[in-house]
Amino acid sequence: MKRRTMIKTVAAATLAGVLMAGGAYAQEVIKLGASAPKSGPLAGGAEVSHWPAIKLWLHDVNARGGIDVGGKKMPVEVIEYDDRTSGEEAIKNIQRLATVDKVDFLVAPYATGLNLATAPLIAKYGYPQLAATAVTDGVDEFAKRWPNSFWLLGTSASFAESVADVLVKLRDKGAIGDKVAVVNVADAFGIELMNAGKPAMEAAGFEIVYETSYPLGQQDFAPIISAAQAAEPDAFVAFSYPGDTFGLSAQAKIANLDVGAFYVGVATAFPAYLGANGAAAEGVLGAGAVNPDAPGMAEWRARHKDVTGVDADYWASAMTYSSLQILEQAINKVGSLDKAAVTEAIKGGTFDTVLGEMTLDGNVNRKFWTVGQWQGGKFYGVASTGIGGEAEPVAKNGWE
Amino acid sequence: MTWLNEKERRIAGFAAIAFGVVALLPLVDQGYYLSISVNIVMYVVLCTAWTLFSGPTHYISLATAAFFGIGTYTVALGIDTVPFPLLLVIAALASGLLACVVGIATLRLSGIYFVIFTLGLAELVRQVVTWLQTNFSSSLGLYVFTDFGEQHIYWMLLGLAAIVYITGWLINRSRLGFAMQIIGNDETVAKHVGIDTARAKVILFIISGAFIGIVGAILAPRFSYVQPPSAFNPMISFQVVIMALLGGTKRIWGPLLGVIPFTILFDQVTAYFPNHTSFVIGIAFMAIVYLLPQGVLGRLEDLVRLRKRFRMVSAEEGNNP
Repeated sequence: MKRRTMIKTVAAATLAGVLMAGGAYAQEVIKLGASAPKSGPLAGGAEVSHWPAIKLWLHDVNARGGIDVGGKKMPVEVIEYDDRTSGEEAIKNIQRLATVDKVDFLVAPYATGLNLATAPLIAKYGYPQLAATAVTDGVDEFAKRWPNSFWLLGTSASFAESVADVLVKLRDKGAIGDKVAVVNVADAFGIELMNAGKPAMEAAGFEIVYETSYPLGQQDFAPIISAAQAAEPDAFVAFSYPGDTFGLSAQAKIANLDVGAFYVGVATAFPAYLGANGAAAEGVLGAGAVNPDAPGMAEWRARHKDVTGVDADYWASAMTYSSLQILEQAINKVGSLDKAAVTEAIKGGTFDTVLGEMTLDGNVNRKFWTVGQWQGGKFYGVASTGIGGEAEPVAKNGWE
Repeated sequence: MTWLNEKERRIAGFAAIAFGVVALLPLVDQGYYLSISVNIVMYVVLCTAWTLFSGPTHYISLATAAFFGIGTYTVALGIDTVPFPLLLVIAALASGLLACVVGIATLRLSGIYFVIFTLGLAELVRQVVTWLQTNFSSSLGLYVFTDFGEQHIYWMLLGLAAIVYITGWLINRSRLGFAMQIIGNDETVAKHVGIDTARAKVILFIISGAFIGIVGAILAPRFSYVQPPSAFNPMISFQVVIMALLGGTKRIWGPLLGVIPFTILFDQVTAYFPNHTSFVIGIAFMAIVYLLPQGVLGRLEDLVRLRKRFRMVSAEEGNNP
């Protein structure tokens, strides 16, 4: 009996605390809702690129006393939910954030699929959706369909065509010849990149000497690397996902794959890639990038490590952070928490972000990094769609 | 088949009223409570359809994701050219056909072999779809844009739930249902009394698979973006088994008792322990298995039996002052 009374008391106290916390701050605090994977297949990526960036921004903005809304500083609080990498959970979380927690704004979900699954609902509630972790060719169609949605990270076609451009540069330097081996993971991003990348390489005069695809989740990459090796390519290109990016790189090192250019896809820009491959990472090309030497970037990365305890990646981390900077500056400009007005302000504005000045032309960021390369322990952008400040790509020089 | 007796008529009336009340939900709330209700009804239909087959036969099927994914893909591929109601029919036929082929090939197997095969089936279908798309189309993702809101999906699922319950009830009354009971109790005996056990099992597997396929089809517009890993998500198969077993599979309404508490529990866990979901869910599983080995239904029946015995005892005591 006594134990039961105690449980009841604790439950009542907790409930009262929750209710009071909800009520007391309602007027003073900006509530920001965030639903993204903390478990499931995409949790690994979200724990690198998504959650820490939110944490850092929250720290930064509250250290300044909050967002300046019409002359009044309002601190920000984030309500986080795990969507378990599932569309139906993500939809339910957005509903809960919008109708139960009644948040003022949302952080866009993580990755293409979850952003698309939740887009109709987010549009229904009129929140601006700044998708910072979706790479897809549908950006213009989506921006038209959901005028409150913004697409920041770029298109698959640009990512793939840039690979061809970088290979041309390396060929001009005499680092590689004409023969390329291309493989891709048989999943959304990998296939879109393959479909755009192969014609681009052929148009640039490259000869595809080996080509294959492999299913998502494949563990053993020895057959792929040895078949590629047998074709004696000058460059190896893999449109891969995180697991295979690591697997292919490890296998290439073991087999001592002798190529002048080695490209792997998603997760090459993760700090863990350098951690896993050490010196062998030098010269590896990969999807996405930043300019680590851009003004403020080194300082931002140091602060990221300091506040969140983990290193930022060299790609989407900074974009997620930038998306929140854009939101903050738009709220600041409007001077109220009116969602429609803030959405309009995002459409027309120019924003000062950690990635430099950013404008959203037709709700889409047209200037983004596409290919990066590990050079001296940092991942440098070697190709972009017009940002400027690209590093020169260098030849891959062995695996030691 | 005879007409409904007095008791059945009362149950039918009560069920009709309950469905009517539940169907009014979107008029009250269009937000969070509607969305969680969509999830609940979705799993109610999946678990009940699963129980149609697995309840009487005791064959644990992990093929739910395969049928669900086929339904989703039917809609994703046809949404621009074929009217939606027709797509639901095609989804049912396609999943039913798969169930038929698989059933004929495997339902002679029993126990663990069947479980393993069905687990592999979802993965197999996913790889086949991936391969087809890789080789014959330009992108793996398919967009499903419709004007359906949450409330439309909710009503469609609710309608489907009613059909599943009626089907289950009709099967129970039929020769097939009787045959299934015997097979469930002892398959060898069933064979000896002349029941074509393989045929009975295949028919039921087809019905169950077709319903699951329709659920996948109805849900496709909700996802907007369909790709193999989400359509053939193996978690669906496992959750269906867990929820159905939690509820109890002896009666057709058993899964209902598992789905509702489980979905709400899961939801509360994500809301209050967003960083420790897997941990808390794991503890909840252990608690369920330990405290409710026969499911909620089994526990309820225990209680009813206990009360009866108690009544009998007190009646006897009343007779002997």
